[in-house]
Amino acid sequence: MVAAPYLWLFVFFAVPFAIVFKISFSYMVTTQPGYAPLFEWIEEAQRLVATFNVANYQVLLQDSLYLSTFLYSLKVAAISTVLCLLLGYPMAYAIARSAPTTRNLFLMLIILPFWTSFLLRVYAWIGLLKTNGVINNALLALGVIDQPLVLLYTDFAVYVGIVYSYLPFMILPLYSNLEKHDLTLLEAASDLGARPVKAFFKITLPLSMPGIVAGCLLVFIPAVGEFVIPSLLGRTDQLMIGTVLSAQFFGARNWPVASAVAIALLLLLLLPILLFQRYQQRELEASRR
Amino acid sequence: MNDRGVFRNSILGLGLAFLYIPILSMMFFSFNNSRLVTVWDAENSPTLRWYVRLFENEQLLGAAWISIKIAALSASGAAILGTLAGLVLTRFGPFRGRALLSAMTTAPLVMPEVIMGIAMLLLFVAFEQMIGWPAGRGLLTITIAHITFTMAYVTVVVQSRLAGFDDALEEAALDLGARPATVFFKITLPLIMPAIVSGWLLAFTLSWDDVVISQFVSGPGSSTLPMEIFSRVRRGVSPDINALATIMVLIVATGVVASTIWMKRQERKRLLEEQMARSDTP
Repeated sequence: MVAAPYLWLFVFFAVPFAIVFKISFSYMVTTQPGYAPLFEWIEEAQRLVATFNVANYQVLLQDSLYLSTFLYSLKVAAISTVLCLLLGYPMAYAIARSAPTTRNLFLMLIILPFWTSFLLRVYAWIGLLKTNGVINNALLALGVIDQPLVLLYTDFAVYVGIVYSYLPFMILPLYSNLEKHDLTLLEAASDLGARPVKAFFKITLPLSMPGIVAGCLLVFIPAVGEFVIPSLLGRTDQLMIGTVLSAQFFGARNWPVASAVAIALLLLLLLPILLFQRYQQRELEASRR
Repeated sequence: MNDRGVFRNSILGLGLAFLYIPILSMMFFSFNNSRLVTVWDAENSPTLRWYVRLFENEQLLGAAWISIKIAALSASGAAILGTLAGLVLTRFGPFRGRALLSAMTTAPLVMPEVIMGIAMLLLFVAFEQMIGWPAGRGLLTITIAHITFTMAYVTVVVQSRLAGFDDALEEAALDLGARPATVFFKITLPLIMPAIVSGWLLAFTLSWDDVVISQFVSGPGSSTLPMEIFSRVRRGVSPDINALATIMVLIVATGVVASTIWMKRQERKRLLEEQMARSDTP
């Protein structure tokens, strides 16, 4: 029984990463399968020849295109995560402090969009943001503006898209943390003369730190490698790393460089991923007790 | 309600409006006659013409059928493997390689999809080179990739359900002489069934919705519905996609509401039975 899921994940999850790592050191060839072998038995010389190509990684460091896309992706993901937290925290807080009967209704309303197609929800924003879209038409009709605003294909559109798509992932861990708080602590603080704002910053906020960290990681990590949102809503002059990776892969058909990009992205995200795993572990252990 | 209550609820209201306005606007404009989609053609609207055109579109319907098949297969595979992984991780105590299994089940939850996609594709290419399987890419490779990234979700759901009740029930049955297999089918499985069902639904939705990983591991003639939609919406808004979105949102909303009610009822039934069992014993 242990074996089945173990074997499956090993073959289809762990091994692929080893292969990506291997190919990231290969030379690109135009014949199938698109990359040269690392080790080759040379019949004439009677020996095994290893050819490593570190140029794939050198390209990443030297070509300013890669550097700027990496930095841009980190920036977009970080800003979106902060915006998501600023919107998600008060929402999670309001749900956690609402009456138990309405709580479930609110939670369902938060989760419901998550079940409907992610792609179509991002698509919906094109209709809202474009030049003759809903927002511009409404603002023009109200006389707020007399020229349509450029909203689509901007950084702003990508932030909105990411916050919109990932908001439930921010709210749910925050809610499950905030819901468990012992409210008598706040009463004690107010009895001792602390004003609500102070009590919030001294008690609620520190206690909810695990929820904040989990929510932020759940948004930040996938957002760095996001592909659909920037390709539908984002700028065309500044790409995100997910878009570049898939362009290298499908467009330029340079699998070794694409693999090197994937490995670099993975290394970049390794620390946050490990942090997330530790959090998950602790959550499960806490719920068992 | 005090001032802070008003403030809290108004933020909640704004947030919910932010979540729902795009969806509602998409649904609203699916009845617009104008090809410009977001410019309301008051004279000829509302109309069902985009719905009619949608059902005449063989390509989209074919892709939808492919997606349903893949999602059902993936969800079932993921439910079985994910449940096993969840059981192993919560009930088997420490064993060799437990940390690796646990890491492999949580990593797909946050792993960027492009990395998963490229890794799966290169694996399939390498396999094909070495052992000739899988020959080419299509439904099979998409299904394998989807099982791999969705089973993590099933594992998490099953794990948290298993952590929610202690193993005293199972131990009691074992003490009373039931064989382990009987204990599993009579006690453990019924208890975690709601988690397996919601895990299956979650896996189905994720597979049905996935565009990035599918794009990497699909082959000619195996375009899924999200892939078809993606290639269309890249060129901008199109009225029949609005109609398609409306249909999908309505189906999902009905499904989610119905299954939530069903699960609530099951849970209540279980608690009631538990109470009755308790009151029977002196």
